[in-house]
Amino acid sequence: MLKINNLHASVEDKSILRGINLEVKPGEVHAIMGPNGSGKSTLASVIAGKEEYEVDKGEILLEGENIDELAAEERAHKGIFLSFQYPVEIPGVSVTNFIKTAINETRKAKGLEDMPANEMLKLIREKSELLEIDRKFLSRSLNEGFSGGEKKRNEIFQMAMLEPKLAILDETDSGLDIDALRIVANGVNKLKSKDNAVIVITHYQRLLDYIVPDFVHVLHNGRIVKSGPKELAHELEEKGYDWIKEEVNA
Amino acid sequence: MDLKDKIVSSYLAFEDHLDDNSPLHDIRNQAIKTFEEKGFPTKKEEAWKYTSLKSILNQDYSVFPKQENALEYRDVKKYFIHDIDSYKIVFVDGRYSSHLSQTTHDGIDVCLMSSALSKPKYRIVIENYFNKAATKDSLSSLNTAFAGEGAYIHIRKNKLVEKPIQILHFCSGNESALMLQPRNLIVVDENAHVQIIERHQSLTDNPVLTNSVTEIFANKRAIVDYYKVQNDRETASLIDNTFISQKQESHCSVHTFSFGGKLTRNNLNFFQKGERIDSTLKGVTIIGNKQHVDHNTLVHHIEPNCESHQDYKGIFGDNATGVFNGKVVVEKEAQKANAFQANNNILISDKASINTKPQLEIFADDVKCSHGCTIGQLDESAMFYMRSRGIPEKEAKALLMYAFSNNVLSSVKIPEIKQRITKIIANKLGVNIGFDL
Repeated sequence: MLKINNLHASVEDKSILRGINLEVKPGEVHAIMGPNGSGKSTLASVIAGKEEYEVDKGEILLEGENIDELAAEERAHKGIFLSFQYPVEIPGVSVTNFIKTAINETRKAKGLEDMPANEMLKLIREKSELLEIDRKFLSRSLNEGFSGGEKKRNEIFQMAMLEPKLAILDETDSGLDIDALRIVANGVNKLKSKDNAVIVITHYQRLLDYIVPDFVHVLHNGRIVKSGPKELAHELEEKGYDWIKEEVNA
Repeated sequence: MDLKDKIVSSYLAFEDHLDDNSPLHDIRNQAIKTFEEKGFPTKKEEAWKYTSLKSILNQDYSVFPKQENALEYRDVKKYFIHDIDSYKIVFVDGRYSSHLSQTTHDGIDVCLMSSALSKPKYRIVIENYFNKAATKDSLSSLNTAFAGEGAYIHIRKNKLVEKPIQILHFCSGNESALMLQPRNLIVVDENAHVQIIERHQSLTDNPVLTNSVTEIFANKRAIVDYYKVQNDRETASLIDNTFISQKQESHCSVHTFSFGGKLTRNNLNFFQKGERIDSTLKGVTIIGNKQHVDHNTLVHHIEPNCESHQDYKGIFGDNATGVFNGKVVVEKEAQKANAFQANNNILISDKASINTKPQLEIFADDVKCSHGCTIGQLDESAMFYMRSRGIPEKEAKALLMYAFSNNVLSSVKIPEIKQRITKIIANKLGVNIGFDL
């Protein structure tokens, strides 16, 4: 589904990703871990198409198609979804209206008519129940005054509505208490299928107890320096990241 | 001959038709004298520092249109808020159009200034109110000198007018360039309530300059909601002078939606002549190209325990220029005044500009006055967030801009107006999304 070959990327002439190789197949869950500043969030933003990031070398293929030149919305239309580490507050736009617009614009891009209102309502009801989101919450301004947990639940709610092929969860666990973490993880797990894939970006192993990865990759200095099965996450939790750094430097 | 000379000499011709014994005659004579002395305002005057009339005064405007022009309703229907039942007072090239209008004398007077000025039964109201709120600046004086046609609305005590009143001024384009000077008088008696919508619309690209004066008197406990829809062609310019005189416990609001026109200057003045008055001034301006919109507001707090709320949002693209000059005067007697003012702006082009200036003159010592103005750009992180969810750049921008103006829209009490404004905004921003926020 996603294939990244020798990806180099920079922001404002500062090189951040220095040769990423990664392949994600349908049905798989990949975890990307690593110390602060290793380039995890940059990788997520580059895949989602943030314009400030410059791809200097290499390529990102989605189902065989190079998506380098595509705008963020075009990537979204092709099924990429990024759950933000810090979801942006947008006063004046309600959660419902935002997601309606997102869905209908995606349908428009695919040459489809707007989703009928009753179908939309049904979908919203179904997915908000999955994420245990109160109806009142949906008429509030997007992310404005939301708690950390509400913001993240709202991200996964949007993911549930948009049903992406590839979901990238950027530090979705940060700021979540254990109940919210369970709800979010449960939501993600229910949406998982053999046809879609998830990349979980996290600093800690905690979330991976709930969303169990097939592969764990360690990012350091803009490169994937180690990959392994889910047990690698436990090892990182116990021993920290220093041994990886030493291994790399040695 | 420049425009000023042309106007002054046409006054002499106009004067021939006036009734010498009418008290209005003196008012007109005085007014044309004031205009003759002061002339059109220039950038040398503090209040006109950022708005130059030069580019619109160089046309050879007809001051009196020669012929009457009939318009078919179906051709102009789209400029009405037509999905609600309403009273309508419609003018074409400054002349009353009876077949487009729906007036009434049933408990309220919704009719014409020309009849109010000439018929004896309106004499007392005219004597008590006409030109009593308008200031004696040169442009209002110019209008006063020629005041002949416009809307005359008188709502009697305790009357709640259930249908809104629409005042429409069309310019047919039959003159190669036309100057219009509508004059509206609105008197709302004690405990009465009225909603009014005003629009100026040119139907061709022939230049038109409108110098409009509206006087509104809200007596004790009256409620007046006024909506100005400014979405004219970019060859039409408007100087809108509105004067609102409020008595105790009255509530008046004016929403000004400025999307069109070449040059628009809104002189909006509130005078609070009683206690516990509430005045609301709100506006949304979205312009581009070389458009210019100037909001020049005044709230004069004269008596104690009154409130005023000002909230103006502006979005400026291309080479558009905007001005906000908000003056609040709190007299010594006006203790416990609450005066709020906000002016927030977004510049979406490097060449667009806004000059914003709060001006507070406070002589009382126990008041709450706040003002804040901001000038910013669209939030880039919000843009990426929206786009990453599949909302294309143009639509994402539009959604952010709509959300930015939503504070003002949310206080519009007539849903059909809100829908209409929303549609105009979507059109203006070139998107086809519902914004049903």
